[in-house]
Formats: sequence, structure tokens, C-alpha cells
Amino acid sequence: MVQYIIRRLLSAIPTLLIISFVIFAILDLAPGDPTGNLPMTVPPEVREKIRLSLGLGEPMHIRYYKWLVQFFVNEPLNIIEHSFGIVIGDGENRTRILSWATRSPVIDLIVERTPQTLWVVGLSYLFGILMAIPIGIIQAYRQYSLFDQIGTFVAMIGFSVPTFFTGVVAIIIFSVQLKWFPMIYDTTLEVNSWNNFVLQVKQMIMPVTVLAFYQASQLSRFMRASILDNLNLDYVRTARAKGRKENAVLMIHVLRNSLIPVVTLIALGIPSIFGGAIITEQIFRVNGLGQLLIIAIQGADIPTVQTLTFLFAVLIVIFNLIADVLYGMLDPRIRYD
Amino acid sequence: MPTNSNANIVLSVKNIVTQFNTVDGKVHAVNGVSFDVRQGELLGVVGESGCGKSVTMMSLVKLLPMPPGEISEGSAIFEGQDLIQTSINDLQKIRGSEIGFIFQDPMTSLNPVLTIGYQLIEPLRLHKNLSKSAARTRAIELLELVGIPMASSRLGDYPHQFSGGMRQRVMIAMALSCDPKLLIADEPTTALDVTMQAQILDLVRSLRNELGMAIIWVTHDLGVVANLADRVMVMYSGFIVERADVTKLYSKPKHPYTYALLKTLPDMEGDRSHRLESIEGQPPDQLKPTTSCPFAPRCEYAFDRCTHENPQLELIAENHEVACWWDMERHSPRPSTSSI
Repeated sequence: MVQYIIRRLLSAIPTLLIISFVIFAILDLAPGDPTGNLPMTVPPEVREKIRLSLGLGEPMHIRYYKWLVQFFVNEPLNIIEHSFGIVIGDGENRTRILSWATRSPVIDLIVERTPQTLWVVGLSYLFGILMAIPIGIIQAYRQYSLFDQIGTFVAMIGFSVPTFFTGVVAIIIFSVQLKWFPMIYDTTLEVNSWNNFVLQVKQMIMPVTVLAFYQASQLSRFMRASILDNLNLDYVRTARAKGRKENAVLMIHVLRNSLIPVVTLIALGIPSIFGGAIITEQIFRVNGLGQLLIIAIQGADIPTVQTLTFLFAVLIVIFNLIADVLYGMLDPRIRYD
Repeated sequence: MPTNSNANIVLSVKNIVTQFNTVDGKVHAVNGVSFDVRQGELLGVVGESGCGKSVTMMSLVKLLPMPPGEISEGSAIFEGQDLIQTSINDLQKIRGSEIGFIFQDPMTSLNPVLTIGYQLIEPLRLHKNLSKSAARTRAIELLELVGIPMASSRLGDYPHQFSGGMRQRVMIAMALSCDPKLLIADEPTTALDVTMQAQILDLVRSLRNELGMAIIWVTHDLGVVANLADRVMVMYSGFIVERADVTKLYSKPKHPYTYALLKTLPDMEGDRSHRLESIEGQPPDQLKPTTSCPFAPRCEYAFDRCTHENPQLELIAENHEVACWWDMERHSPRPSTSSI
């Protein structure tokens, strides 16, 4: 197992290098100018100077190499220095990946934005899973019952109506009409008292619900299908023939088997927590990673876009590996040698 | 074997009727099947696919999907209790403890993600209230009983680490774990190759002599039954068409269907150049209730009575019952339905 993980991690290195280059090349080829948002009165020579100061004067492969060094050497060293309070080499003059828009290190921006995303999108993913699994189980076990029919109908709405629609509807109903929840997510709110905690919960309810509903809709369908796949198999009849009670048949025999594909799916979906909720973050004004990416794209802030996109790619590779390992842990038929 | 005494009857089934309610209508799977199984006896149940032999057995302990399945009539007295009237909750105490099961396909009948040990210990813990270590010891005994070498080291293995024959042995061990009074084996050798079949049959034969339980052996293989059974009943389209001691059935089949089935067996000694015999036609559509003899359309002896009256099972010789208007020996219709 350990050997397998090491082998997979090693083989991930060339994959990620290629991905990083492709992202870099695409961004470099794409039209877009970091000085595009400056007023028209700024003369071309000044624009050119700004471009040169951003390092755009150098050829692409040099810029790519610099980004590689910054991302894989300088930034990790920086993190190590910060977390252990030690100095390795020339910490002062080490160049970092700087955002063209804010001139601040991209990694710091990401660290700043991550908690909001994790709280809102991560929590909704968690709630989505916690709702979807029991709903899927009951739906499958009582196939074609009223509960199943209603569940199927609601789930159809859930994954066919996009979150930017349900989000806006929720805002109109609950913020504008009923005034129950704030329309804009306030990141500066510090949870230090009971009142602030209530405020925090209030502002999280709408984005979390909208996203959780979407996640649960999809996942409950998979859970239902997976249970149904197993319910008619011979081993279930064997369990019943042994005198097992129905709930034990379901929870011990069927569930273990049914969870194998679903757990894999959940693990593969985790990277989308970071990238996939871009639109929802925009609607509810949650200034998380999704919003950071959108603003960076709009402002042609290439280093930020490059770094964020590449980090998403890393997450996808890592969670693919985690999904495979989980698969092997749940299913004894899978072997890693 | 004292076939006529009623004293040691383990299971007495009367007039079981099972239907499946489908979108196309009611499928009449079992149409009034009655039989007794005595202690220590091995009853063979033969018939082609879809003749209702498995459904009959699964009806007894309600292992059918219900709905669509429905047991509309009949009784099955087991240990003084009518299984058909028993609630699922109470049946769960009987399944696996008083009545053991072996199923057709050992490759899929075991749960792939649970260890052999867990699956073997499950019924023991459930019905016998054994402690974990006692159940483990018993599980090892059982695996040794069914001939699995190095049993104690194999408890932690998963089903995929066993071959098909080994898995069927595990299934047998599981079925026998709580010393059942009755073992229902639903085509247990069908999915195995011939060598494995022979081994499993030997095993069942020796276990039966050792443990003395009643066995119902469902199969479509007449060859298997010939070597194993005391009595055989032949089913067709949800009816029992013939029932007899095994020697009688094979030497003097009375029903044209049994006769035709026996003719389809390949002859090992004789001339092998000719083609294997087959029974022409298809089993009847079970969506309609039968008013004629169900075998009449395929029967070469059928005459007009067969097409509008369904014969009942009748005793025509000692321990030999048949449901047919035609008398194979006299080559003419049976004289009367009411007289024996």
C-alpha cells in the first residue's frame, strides 16, 4: 500500500509539470493585458514600462522557469520558515509569486480566502453528503414508494436547476422579501460573541443550503442507484436466509457494498469544493477562492490565475489518489501490487 | 426408509399457491404443490428452468420479493408451526437456524466485502448466542467438516480468495452451522464443474449420514438426483406431475414428461453417434391459469381429455404418484380418475 502510494505520487510529478506548463502556455497565448484596466489617459510608453516591471519583457520559457522556482522552491521554503520560525538561506531576497493586481504574494491571498470557501462550500458539501446517504438508502429500500417519488422529483429539480438560479431565488425570497438573512456575506465578521455567532450562522444559511441541496440531489441519486444494484444480488438473499433482520441486511451487508462507488465519488468531488462553487460565491458575495479566481481572470492577473488553477489541478491529482486508496480499503478484491 | 409413517415428518406442505403480480398480469408460478419431507430423507425436486421448483422452496420461508410475489394459499407445517402464517419476524428466527439454505451460484452468494469468518460466525451469534471465541471455534470446526484445509487460517480471507467449489463448501458450512432440521439446497451444483459437483455430492452424502437432517435438493439435473435422492418429485409449470421412490421413477416413469426427461440424458455406454434427445416445444405461458394438462401441448400421448381437464396427482402404485390421464404401461387412457 505504502509502496503504491509512493509510486503514484512519483508518477504524479511529471503529470503536474505538464499540467502547469499547459496552463502557463494557454494563459500566455490568451489575449488580455494587465494594463487593460488602466485609464485611457495612461500613455503607451508608461504601459510598456508597467509591463516590463511585471516581468513580461522576458521570453516565455524564462518566465515559466521563474514561476516554477517560485512555486516549488521559494513558496514552500517560505511556509517552512514561517511555521517553524527558522531561516533557511537568503529568506529576505527570495522572490515570491506576486499578484499583478495587488502586488501582494498570491499564496498569502489564497491563505486569506481559503477559510471562507471551506466554511461555506465545505460545510455545504458535508451537509449534502449527510443528507444524501440516508435519503438514498430509504429511497432504494422503499423503491416507488411516496417517499421515493417525492425524493426523485426534488432531486430532479435540485440538479437540473443551476445554483445561480436557486441562489437568486433564495435571495429574493429570504433577503429581499422576508429579510431573514443578509444578502451579502460579511467576511470581516469575527465570531467572538453569541450575537456574532448567530449573525455568522444567518449569513451562511442561504449559500450553504443552496449548495447542499445541489450536492445532495446528485449524490442521493447515486446512493439510491448503488443500493438498488446490490439489493437484488444473491448475497443479500443469503443474508436473509441466515435469519438476519432486514435492517442488519441493509446496514451490514448492502451498505458496505453500496458505499464503495459512492465514497469514491465523494472523494473525487472534494476538489470541486475549492473550484466548483465559483458561481455560488459570486452570487452570495462570499469572498472565497472562487471569487478570487474570477476577479483575477477579469483583471488579467496571470500569476494569480496560474497559481490557483495549478493548485486545483494538484488537489484533483491528490484526491484521485485518495479515492483509489479508499476504494482499495473498502473493497478487499482490489489489490495494489 | 419408512416412507409411510407420518411420525417423523419434518415438513408437511399442503397446496402452496404462489403468484407474481407483474405489469402483464399474474404469473402463476406455483399452482397447489403439496409434499412431505421426512427426517433423514433426501427429497429431490426436478424440472426444467421456470417450472416453479425454486419458487416453491423460497415460498416456504418467504424469501421471495413480496411484492411482486404473493403466496395466496397453502400451508407448510414445520415443527407444528405453519410457516406460511408465520410473520417475517418469527421466520427470521427459523431461517438459518432450523432451516438451512444453499444456493445456486457460490460465486455471488457470499458477500464480497465481508470475511468468510464473519459470514460463518453471523448465524452462530444470531441463533446460538455463542460468544465470539466460541463461535470462532465452531466456525473452524464447520470449515473442517466441509473439508477446507487449514481452516483456522482461512477465517480472515475474503470470498474472492476461494475457488467456486470452496465457496460452495463455505455455503454448506454456513447452512449447517446451527444444526438445522431441514436443509434446502437450491441447485447447489449447477454452477460448478463436474469434478466439483462430484466432490460436493460426496460431501452432502456423508454429512447427511453424519447429521441426519432432512434435505430438499432442487436441481434440473436428473443424474445428480439419481445418485443422491430417496424420493424424487418432478415439477412442470408449477405443478407436481410425478413423485416416486428414486428407483421406481428411473426404472418405471409414469408421466410422459418424466419419460421424456429421462430420454434426454446422454447414454454413456451405447451408441454415441446419434443426436441427443430433446423435448419439443416450450413450457406454457404461466400468465393464464391452466385448465388443461400443462404438458399436453408438448406431449406425444395427449388425447382430447388432456386438453380440457388438468389431471390431479394420484397414487397409482406403492409410493408412486402421477398426474396424467395416460397410462404409459397399458398404452391407453387410465380407466377412471376416482379409483386408484
